[in-house]
Amino acid sequence: MKTLVLVGHGMVGHRLLERLVESDTADQWRIVVFAEEPRPAYDRVRLSSYFDGVTLDELRLGDDEFFTRHGITLRLGERVEAIDRSAQTVTSSAGETVAYDVLVLATGSYPFVPPLPHRDATGCFVYRTVEDILAIEEYAAGCRTGVVVGGGLLGLEAANALRILGLATQVVEFAPRLMPLQVDEGGGAILRRHIEQLGLTVHTSVRAEEVMVDEAGRVCGLRLADRDEPLTTDLVVFAAGVRPRDELARSAGLEVGPRGGIVVDDACRTSDPNIFAIGECALIGGRVYGLVGPGYSMADVVAAQLTGQTRQAFTGADTSTKLKLMGVDVASFGDALSQAEDALEVAYTDSVAGVYRKILVDTEGKLLGGILVGDASSYASLRAQLGTKPAQSPDQLVLPPSEGGTPAATGADLPDAATVCSCVNVSAGAIRAAVREQGCVDPAGVKRCTKAGSGCGSCVPLIKTLVDAELEAQGITPSKALCEHFEYSRAELFEIIQITGIRSFVELVSRYGQGEGCEVCKPTVASIFASLGSGHILDGEQAGLQDTNDYALANLQKDGSYSVVPRIPGGEITPDKLIVIGQVAKEFGLYTKITGGQRIDMFGARLEQLPLIWKRLVDAGFESGHAYGKAVRTVKSCVGNTWCRYGVQDSVGLAIALELRYRGLRAPHKLKFAVSGCARECAEARSKDVGVIATEKGWNLYVAGNGGFSPRHADLLASDLDTETLVRTIDRFLMYYIRTGDRLERTARWLERLDGGLDHVRDVIIHDSLGVAAELDAMMAAHVAGYQDEWRAVLEDPERLRRFVSFINAPGTPDPSIQFVPERDQIRPATEAERRSLPLMVVS
Amino acid sequence: MTSSVDSYVTICSYDDLIPGRGVAALVDGRQIALFRLYDGSVYAVSNLDPFSGAYVLARGLVGTHQGTPTVASPMYKQRFDLRTGRCLDTDEVSITVYPVRVHDGQIEISVEAARNVA
Ligand code: SRM
Ligand SMILES: Cc1cc2nc3c(=O)[nH]c(=O)nc-3n(C[C@H](O)[C@H](O)[C@H](O)COP(=O)(O)OP(=O)(O)OC[C@H]3O[C@@H](n4cnc5c(N)ncnc54)[C@H](O)[C@@H]3O)c2cc1C
Ligand code: SF4
Ligand code: FES
Repeated sequence: MKTLVLVGHGMVGHRLLERLVESDTADQWRIVVFAEEPRPAYDRVRLSSYFDGVTLDELRLGDDEFFTRHGITLRLGERVEAIDRSAQTVTSSAGETVAYDVLVLATGSYPFVPPLPHRDATGCFVYRTVEDILAIEEYAAGCRTGVVVGGGLLGLEAANALRILGLATQVVEFAPRLMPLQVDEGGGAILRRHIEQLGLTVHTSVRAEEVMVDEAGRVCGLRLADRDEPLTTDLVVFAAGVRPRDELARSAGLEVGPRGGIVVDDACRTSDPNIFAIGECALIGGRVYGLVGPGYSMADVVAAQLTGQTRQAFTGADTSTKLKLMGVDVASFGDALSQAEDALEVAYTDSVAGVYRKILVDTEGKLLGGILVGDASSYASLRAQLGTKPAQSPDQLVLPPSEGGTPAATGADLPDAATVCSCVNVSAGAIRAAVREQGCVDPAGVKRCTKAGSGCGSCVPLIKTLVDAELEAQGITPSKALCEHFEYSRAELFEIIQITGIRSFVELVSRYGQGEGCEVCKPTVASIFASLGSGHILDGEQAGLQDTNDYALANLQKDGSYSVVPRIPGGEITPDKLIVIGQVAKEFGLYTKITGGQRIDMFGARLEQLPLIWKRLVDAGFESGHAYGKAVRTVKSCVGNTWCRYGVQDSVGLAIALELRYRGLRAPHKLKFAVSGCARECAEARSKDVGVIATEKGWNLYVAGNGGFSPRHADLLASDLDTETLVRTIDRFLMYYIRTGDRLERTARWLERLDGGLDHVRDVIIHDSLGVAAELDAMMAAHVAGYQDEWRAVLEDPERLRRFVSFINAPGTPDPSIQFVPERDQIRPATEAERRSLPLMVVS
Repeated sequence: MTSSVDSYVTICSYDDLIPGRGVAALVDGRQIALFRLYDGSVYAVSNLDPFSGAYVLARGLVGTHQGTPTVASPMYKQRFDLRTGRCLDTDEVSITVYPVRVHDGQIEISVEAARNVA
């Protein structure tokens, strides 16, 4: 195995790791990461959102397990100080020397601080890292005024932070306008007006000359060149640009640019073929990019090379930007400040409304770039049309609708080749394909499949437009409406049914919907009825609503036969019961298999055999395992402290208790549980909707885990609970999900979708913020009290039993199309060819 | 099974059918799926799901789509027009439709007059 050393665990470095583990199927690389900062990579782009209440945890990229899972060594707080290129080693600030086969430098930038006297005084800050903003927050507590040096993107973010911290804030910019790199004079003027309206003071065309300090050495003012009066201030933040961190490369003799930046080719290789540089520290194609999007592309290029994929090259990058600053939209895209001769400018200014829109087109009408201030709603779709000739004329694109403008295309008609997400470089075509081929139905799904929208997020509204249009093209209504018969979402229908007490589909659809219903709304309503405790699912009209599996109380297989899964709570089973399962399977000629849910599945039963099989099972003390329902499935357990020398609680006992408590509970989708007896987690509880892990003091409760198509680790909801509190908390979690989940939405996707996520759920079910806890408790109590074994009830009722025949006009005849052939001493369904050529194989 | 003069075969009593559900019938070795809708109407189509090759359509959920009465295959969920047999999800596919009537409270099907719109 070869060793890859990564220097810098910032945004781009982390992206490289993600891409490597994704494609490094052969585990070719041992990876060692050196991170100078004391914390793992975080979303630097959203750093300022900390001041809006986003927690540092939420800013984090990846999770703790990322490193253990992929065997990556992360050395936090350890800087690489030297590279020995001939020995192929690096030496760290902790004195460690590590040999590498390939070295990747992702060292980012450092904030440029103009060389003013006292620029290091107490009260002077930069704005780059979490540590920087925490320091500013702490120091600002004792301050009343602040000055930001630099009126660019970063400077304005910093100024906003000071404003939120309650300081009277001034901005000092050397250029004649704010955000000189992104907007022109017209846009700058509108932007300035917005900023001033918020109470900030803006000085343009001025140069800071000296930081003034008091006798204690603390900042007390800022002197400006050519101005008599200095600004009085308690604190100064420098946000005057960044410089690539190339010092390490420089001292190792790698080629660097005249104005800094590690020189790399289009494959991101430095002048030493064993060393790559990516992100803000790299000088690529003659320029250094100060944005995360191009850095991500570089990470992708390197990951592809290191995992032996076809050679990719960095082909330049979009430097479009959009931000919302103090409530003001500012965006620039393409060649916004073009000086090209043939660039034609069309601009619209409304100083009263504070809106500025400008676009640049070439002589053929192709869009070159543009600037939007005050209203950037057309940003994503305009940017996606760069280099093409938009359907509308340039003046239509900038004028407001009241003056004949047609706001930029909705985006639904963008060509497949148009780039929608420039951070991750995803085209409109790729997003459509994700909807068509991967079944994505919303921006969150598209993000999972394509990563589009995972950078700055500005493309998300456009992604939503594209997804909805594509769904519509497929005949799927992208609205929240369940189907053409109900305009309500599942959660809304749940409320309606609960409040009105309606328990008849026909009544519900006539009062709150239209038509006869279909295969989407009927089972959904059936499931809601069942969650609200409405008797046996095959009673009366309910029978007509159930999905095929629920109707047969068994799982349909590919050949039309069924499987039978009795409940084995917690996976614990007596030898006698094992014998019964063996005998029944033998008698009916069923195929048996141990499932992934710690129970036994018997396959190959015909419809008319189901009651006979279940009679035997029920008589032996088994009951339905609900493998056929969107219902509670299994509570997996590990053996726990009864036998295991590490166990700290009785995990099997709890698993059985939970499974018996929640058995039969129907939900928007299936529910899986597990209980582990200690932190070794042999029951894999963190991959379940509800996972419980024993601690010395009680139980830790994890929720919203998922295996399946998009695996997700469950989140810790509460720790060290006693059993009673644990059960009450799970009761409420389940009922809150059942009330608010969408159709076929597992808890993982539900939690991700909920506003406020885990904190919100915790508020509702632990702190009772909505005042519904008592109601949730009552719902669960009703479920537990009303439980009956569905199969026993069928066996006791001749009316229900009558349905279990293959043919209504020939009840004794087995379905001749179901045929089996032997394989590994058991049966399997005959293939179509076998069915045609083989004589019937009868299993008595 | 009683054959009547005009090739219709009696299958079961109308009351045996649950509104909104189907049953399978075996007529001359052919598997037929029979449905009763909420509005009382009755439909008969082939029980063979052309997508999976399994005889399961009778176990699908019925409903309406833009007014068209449909059954959705329980296997992979394709929907079929119960009046014409046409698949709503894949144009080229269709299933056989059988004439069906209610006579003296009994359901009767004709397998000879079956039509296939494909
Ligand atoms: C039998 C079993 C496979 C086995 O032989 O081990 C199985 C079989 C099926 N699984 Fe599963 N799953 C089985 C354990 C799992 C597990 C593992 C687990 O539960 O620990 C998972 C991943 C964990 C999870 O759900 O988060 C799993 C994730 C799925 C999924 C994907 C769910 C998702 O959220 O993406 C589906 C599809 C779905 O439900 O929409 C699925 C669907 C199915 C269906 C129902 C597919 C179908 O419609 O026919 C299969 C029914 C077989 C049958 O007739 O019984 N099965 N399935 C396992 C039954 C466990 C049990 O005793 O009840
Ligand atoms: C407040 C703010 C707002 C921003 N907004 C946007 C935006 O809206 N859009 C946008 O595209 N970009 C934005 N950016 C820029 C974006 O954050 C950067 O482009 C991106 O972080 C670059 O990633 P990187 O990995 O190259 O560098 P970094 O994220 O800076 O990571 C480099 C890491 O390497 C570490 N390191 C350096 N030298 C060594 C060494 N010798 N040994 C070990 N570790 C070392 C550093 O400590 C750092 O943690 C913003 C930046 C800031 C600060
Ligand atoms: S993994 Fe797929 S094939 Fe295997 S049991 Fe689950 S659903 Fe069926
Ligand atoms: S454009 Fe930034 S996330 Fe898509």
